[in-house]
Amino acid sequence: MNGLSLHRKIEENTGLLIFGILVVSAIGGLVQLVPVLNQDSLEEPTSNTRPYSAVELTGRDIYMREGCSVCHSQQIRPLIAEVERYGPYSRAGEFVYDRPFMWGSKRTGPDLHRIGGKYSDDWHRLHLLDPRAVVAESIMPAYPWLGEREASEAGNITAKMRGLRRLGHPYTDEEIAAAEADLEGLKEIDTLIAYLQLLGTNFNEEEETNE
Amino acid sequence: MTMTENTIYQDRVTLRLIQFAVVWAVVAMTAGVYLAAELIWPTIDFGQFWLSFGRLRPLHTNGIVFGFGVSALMATAFYSVQRTSHVTLFSPRLAWFCCYAWQLTVLLGGLSLLAGWNTTKEYAELEWPFDIAIAVVWICFAVVFFGTIATRKIRPIYISNWFYGALIIVIAMLHIVNNLALPVSLNKSYSLYAGAQDAVVQWWYGHNAVGFLLTGGFLGMVYYFLPKHAGRPIWSYRLSVVAFWAFVYSYIWAGPHHLHYNSIPEWVQSLGMVMSIVLLAPSWATLINGVMTVSTAWEKLRTDPALKFIVLSLAFYGLATFEGPMMAIRSVNVVSHFTDWTIGHVHSGALGWNAMITYGTFYFMVPRLVGRELYSTRLANIHFWMALAGTMLYIIAMWAAGVSQGLLWLSVDQLGELSFDFKDIMSSMTPYYLLRLVAGLVFLGGTVLMAYNLFMTMKGREPVAVTPPPVAPAFGVAS
Ligand code: HEC
Ligand code: HEM
Ligand code: HEM
Repeated sequence: MNGLSLHRKIEENTGLLIFGILVVSAIGGLVQLVPVLNQDSLEEPTSNTRPYSAVELTGRDIYMREGCSVCHSQQIRPLIAEVERYGPYSRAGEFVYDRPFMWGSKRTGPDLHRIGGKYSDDWHRLHLLDPRAVVAESIMPAYPWLGEREASEAGNITAKMRGLRRLGHPYTDEEIAAAEADLEGLKEIDTLIAYLQLLGTNFNEEEETNE
Repeated sequence: MTMTENTIYQDRVTLRLIQFAVVWAVVAMTAGVYLAAELIWPTIDFGQFWLSFGRLRPLHTNGIVFGFGVSALMATAFYSVQRTSHVTLFSPRLAWFCCYAWQLTVLLGGLSLLAGWNTTKEYAELEWPFDIAIAVVWICFAVVFFGTIATRKIRPIYISNWFYGALIIVIAMLHIVNNLALPVSLNKSYSLYAGAQDAVVQWWYGHNAVGFLLTGGFLGMVYYFLPKHAGRPIWSYRLSVVAFWAFVYSYIWAGPHHLHYNSIPEWVQSLGMVMSIVLLAPSWATLINGVMTVSTAWEKLRTDPALKFIVLSLAFYGLATFEGPMMAIRSVNVVSHFTDWTIGHVHSGALGWNAMITYGTFYFMVPRLVGRELYSTRLANIHFWMALAGTMLYIIAMWAAGVSQGLLWLSVDQLGELSFDFKDIMSSMTPYYLLRLVAGLVFLGGTVLMAYNLFMTMKGREPVAVTPPPVAPAFGVAS
């Protein structure tokens, strides 16, 4: 039986065709995904990486809700210009508590992976409420509503932390119990700034290079 | 009446899907034009959260890919699977369910994106309730499609159906695996994968959503409509067999080219790069097969707008599938990644290939479905030139923007100091963005012309009844 007559069989039998497509298309994915999903080093946090606090997590979810990631990457590539511009390149271990990952695919604005500590909270507040008040030529959207809405109303923080704990994030009962109180009195913008200020700061270059 | 209903092709549902696809095209492209304008005049969101760039952009991509793209794929799949199987649709009711349930899912899904329900995984932004709805409709689509094939009256399963079949099966697999998440409320879930692992899973999905939906599914259109329209059989059957399996096999490997120099293992990146270059071969095999098929029917090209769209779409398909492997080379990707070059590549495929071939199939199907000549061939020809001009202008603007962005960002002087400030590079993009806005308006204008033209053609008409022709005994199914 040559190749073409074998193919005749496949193309005359619906079940065989479905089966063939499934098998042939699964191979590449299996070869890549199975080892990557089982590679422990990709799940190993760097020494300073910790789960997001209730406030930071709320800020991160707002970052997702507003789609900041369509304009901002969080991934510094190991290239001279990039390290010069944004700081030490990104390590896999820094992202182990990121569900989902937030690396992005388009830099309409600058990379934000190491934005933490670069500006003051007040700078961020001004900038988020009206980017052009700080950077005249900026094309970033303004987010006036973030300064008005209560952080405690941006999703059920207790349910979120419980969910993440089920996925393996080491939150204590006390942290979860205190979560709602942590958000008390904060506006959405405060939590977003807390998240931005954390970004990239959990990487300690000396420690990592000494290893 | 019921007797004839059972023996004529189910074309009403096709016509309805075409109408929905046209509406989605206009809506999602209008969103695209608005986004293009926001990148020039950032204050035109007027402080309205639902007009904000970060929320409107997923509406554009989901509206166009799932609203326009999938509706068009369902329409052409239903149309061609009946005609290549010589049998009417298996379970027309289920086909109607697919049609309306899909529109409802995309509509509510689109609104949910504006409301900020966003997983941020590209092309999988919809939250878990919509993921489940999509899976349900998709399974029904599979039942209708494969059910029709299983009850066919002609022995061989025609090539176009392999591609539609691959679309259905592989997208189901990708969708389910990539969207696995733990819901914590109606509008929020957390991915089962984290960090680097999530990235690899996402781009295995993302690249192959492009591969099997925006490429594979639309190749199904090529294999049915091109030979049909040119009045020639497909040039090489052998080539199509080889190209199909090579395509299904190799596409899946190429996802990591979206993650070059990112924090994922290097072997994964290298494998993704090599397989992306390999992918050029099956991609172009189909291109060659298509071009050779029309090569003896060139004279039709001058008079027939539908065929013009289809043939031109093949040229842009060739361009996008040549550019893609080049951009997958790590040293090229260093420049192109994160820039508007990617946006240019996307739209050379999206406008030049996906939209144009769909327009071609619509201009082909609608007059046949309603048994009346196209309302205006002249308008269709004008549309053709607007589509071509819009696409060219869009990609030229984005190439220029992207290449300069990429090079300027990377540029350092002898001391290793950055040569340019980010904000200066950002400001220098305005002229390109203006050009892209004009391009978008021209392309959208053409699409509106088509909508009018098709509407006037369909107006007041019902689908004509077509009965499946008899099958030559040599090809019949033994029963
Ligand atoms: C339309 C694309 C766009 C969106 C959406 C967007 N940004 Fe920006 N962002 C920019 C641009 C362009 C700049 C550079 C000019 C400036 O500083 O305003 C920038 C700058 C920034 C900076 C300063 C970076 C630096 O290193 O100077 C921060 C912080 C920032 N954005 C945060 C955010 C957050 C948080 C969101 C979501 C709420 C967001 N951005 C949404 C385009 C965008
Ligand atoms: C052989 C075929 C192709 C290859 C190897 C390929 C390769 C690539 C590469 C390398 C990128 C850039 C990734 C990055 O740097 O972030 C990309 C992006 C993209 N390509 Fe292609 N491409 C191919 C064909 C196509 C076609 C036909 C389309 C149809 C529309 C398409 C749609 C896209 C989209 C939508 C993106 C953007 C993804 C994102 O970042 O959101 N590609 N492709
Ligand atoms: C009138 C025509 C169109 C216009 C003006 C337009 C405009 C845009 C704009 C402004 C963006 C955002 C770019 C950025 O973030 O810098 C975008 C993204 C995108 N568009 Fe369009 N678009 C059009 C048609 C289409 C069509 C027909 C398709 C698909 C078939 C499509 C698919 C996409 C995709 C997949 C992206 C995301 C790219 C990425 O993430 O890399 N667009 N478009």
